Amino acid sequence: MMKSKIGLDFERVEYARSLAFSIASEVQMFVEEYTTLSIERTLCRLVGVDGVDKRGVPLPNVVVEHIANSSLLQHGALFFLGNAMVATQLKPMEIAKRIAEGELDITKLTIASKGEIDRALEGEIQKSVKIIKKRRERRASLIESLGEGSRPYLYVIVATGNIYEDVIQAEAAANQGADIVAVIRTTGQSLLDYVPYGATTEGFGGTYATQENFKIMREALDRCGEKLGRYIRLCNYCSGLCMPEIAIMGAFEGLDLMLNDALYGVLFRDINMQRTLIDQYFSRVINGFAGIIINTGEDNYLTTADAVEEAHTVLASNFVNEQLALFAGLSQEQIGLGHAFEIDPNIENGFLLELAQAQMIRDIFPKSPIKYMPPTKYMTGNIFKGHLQDALFNISGIVTNQGIQLLGMPTEAIHTPFMSDRYLSIENAKYIFNNMRDLGSEIEFKEGGVIRERAKEVLESAIALLEKIEKETLFGALERGFFGNIKRSRMGGKGLDGVVERGSNYLNPFLEIMKKD
Amino acid sequence: MQENNIIKAYGDTLNDGKVQLSFTLPIAASAQGIEAAKSFLREMGFEAPQVVFYKELTPGYTFFNCYGSSSIGVDISKIAINGVETPKMDMEQTDSYIREYIGRPLVVVGASTGSDAHTVGIDAIMNMKGFAGHYGLERYEMFEVYNLGSQIENEELIARSLEHGADIILVSQTVTQKDIHIKNLLNLVELLEAEGIRDRVILICGGARITDDIAKELGYDAGFGMNSFASDVASYAAQEFVRRERID
Repeated sequence: MMKSKIGLDFERVEYARSLAFSIASEVQMFVEEYTTLSIERTLCRLVGVDGVDKRGVPLPNVVVEHIANSSLLQHGALFFLGNAMVATQLKPMEIAKRIAEGELDITKLTIASKGEIDRALEGEIQKSVKIIKKRRERRASLIESLGEGSRPYLYVIVATGNIYEDVIQAEAAANQGADIVAVIRTTGQSLLDYVPYGATTEGFGGTYATQENFKIMREALDRCGEKLGRYIRLCNYCSGLCMPEIAIMGAFEGLDLMLNDALYGVLFRDINMQRTLIDQYFSRVINGFAGIIINTGEDNYLTTADAVEEAHTVLASNFVNEQLALFAGLSQEQIGLGHAFEIDPNIENGFLLELAQAQMIRDIFPKSPIKYMPPTKYMTGNIFKGHLQDALFNISGIVTNQGIQLLGMPTEAIHTPFMSDRYLSIENAKYIFNNMRDLGSEIEFKEGGVIRERAKEVLESAIALLEKIEKETLFGALERGFFGNIKRSRMGGKGLDGVVERGSNYLNPFLEIMKKD
Repeated sequence: MQENNIIKAYGDTLNDGKVQLSFTLPIAASAQGIEAAKSFLREMGFEAPQVVFYKELTPGYTFFNCYGSSSIGVDISKIAINGVETPKMDMEQTDSYIREYIGRPLVVVGASTGSDAHTVGIDAIMNMKGFAGHYGLERYEMFEVYNLGSQIENEELIARSLEHGADIILVSQTVTQKDIHIKNLLNLVELLEAEGIRDRVILICGGARITDDIAKELGYDAGFGMNSFASDVASYAAQEFVRRERID
């Protein structure tokens, strides 16, 4: 076994993992019995249903609502679509159009045998699987031929609201050295129970995630990558009420990273916990199969809770998120767990505490490309001090050898980044990373010193919390406000009405196909 | 000394008018680009414009760091100060002020409204922990606090305020792109007026881009912007409540 640089007892780490495994197992048993509106819409998309009806309603919504209106959602969209294919000899897309026109009711057709339904669906299923596989191979061959930036990857956001303006900003960022461009979503999209269609130019604080917008940005970054001789990764947000749908759109269009947390929507968007936990599973199965790196969102806990007192809640959640992701078939290398430097800058030796926490997470999750988040809570509008806070964050990132450095902007807390803000941030990070490239490997942390002791303390507190969660179950822990000091009820929040227990005819062959790969 | 109450920007000598600016122009980093930046500064009223640094961010867009001297002076005797002007009290003072003059806890209902998903502002003011060493309203003994969180529709905020018998409604707006917050804030005032309860509550909004002027213009009693803390909101609300009781 490798040695912990920060002196952690790996037996304690393994014990924490075993607690998280037990917590995640219980969630997994629950999840596998259920489906949701968004999972069924995702399955429609996976057999070729796309586009919108005359009123602008996405056809996957039309099909799934059509089934749900007859109170038959428990049997799933694929059962009815497959059955309709047998009966009508039409493709799913054509069936969807006829449902939209009110010409066809697929819940009232004669039921074919399971064998016939499976055979009817087989071609469409294989078509989608092939598209995603090709995307994955394409990414691998581009990284092989073009190369990529060194770690930590420089991750910046664009958030203009207009996908075409986003392209200009993203190209500028890539030219300046960004390795990952994340297109922030418009505020409120997480609560839409559908995914908008087509290219969009109006958003608030971000741009709608749509399949067309994904495609436009992917093509732009590919052009940049060719020119710069460096593969540029694209990131979006697979969270909210449409988690698995966003996942499949990203898989089809060759996205590289997705924010895809198991609990974020529950805590920060008040989405029902059952809905989110069911949705996160299928969305992660898709992301796993598509070779996408997921980013978890624990860093956000520290925007509502104190970064020193509550550091262990981040670690405990990292353990749980890891186990849930492993259940979905993701490899360790695809699990970009969240961590953040949100310690109050006025705390004496705050940087030592942060160094301890940043090194600790590397030691505990050595294969995970940790998503390391910059200061946001204590950014004040003093852009000059903010630039320095980001510099300290960059030093911590390179010294502890993080995977993904989400660059802080000096104008955080003022506005979505200007083109020049991104330039200043990238310059800041490149300067520090280059000057301190190998500093981390020169450093050993003193036995019994502040840094080693802090790491031990956080791990032990995380273990105590995991023991409590294991007793309460994850649902109970959310009800009692263990994460981010936010309490959520099992039956409360948005989207619970979109959850149903799977019925006798239910089928989702993608779970098996995608997890086997 | 200042002449006639006129003040100018200060670099290192009184009235030198020195100003430091940075901006991006959609132009290539060329002699023409630098000249364009200087012209831009002259048009803004700067004398002796200096481009001290420039960098093409991406083809056709150049970032400039500049200095210039502005001859523009501001007559401070003509400046009206709006802004919340009640004396500031700390948590203990506010609690004892409420105990003495009101005799019961004030009920506060707060939310980040509309599509705004950010709780950072409302949490900084309302949560126990507060922000930057200033405890939030939950910590006060004399406030009864209901933080509804984010993405709360105005209608729901009103319903919950009625249910709890709110004395004070707090609205936080973080996302301000394309002035979405203005529409949202106006809509709340209109709804409160339509319900006939606007005058029954102290209506306060806050957020990084909110000022007291903007708030008053939109029909709020007060607005709190950057660098405001729970103690600012608390001491204003308590004193405003007492002021109104006295008028009534």
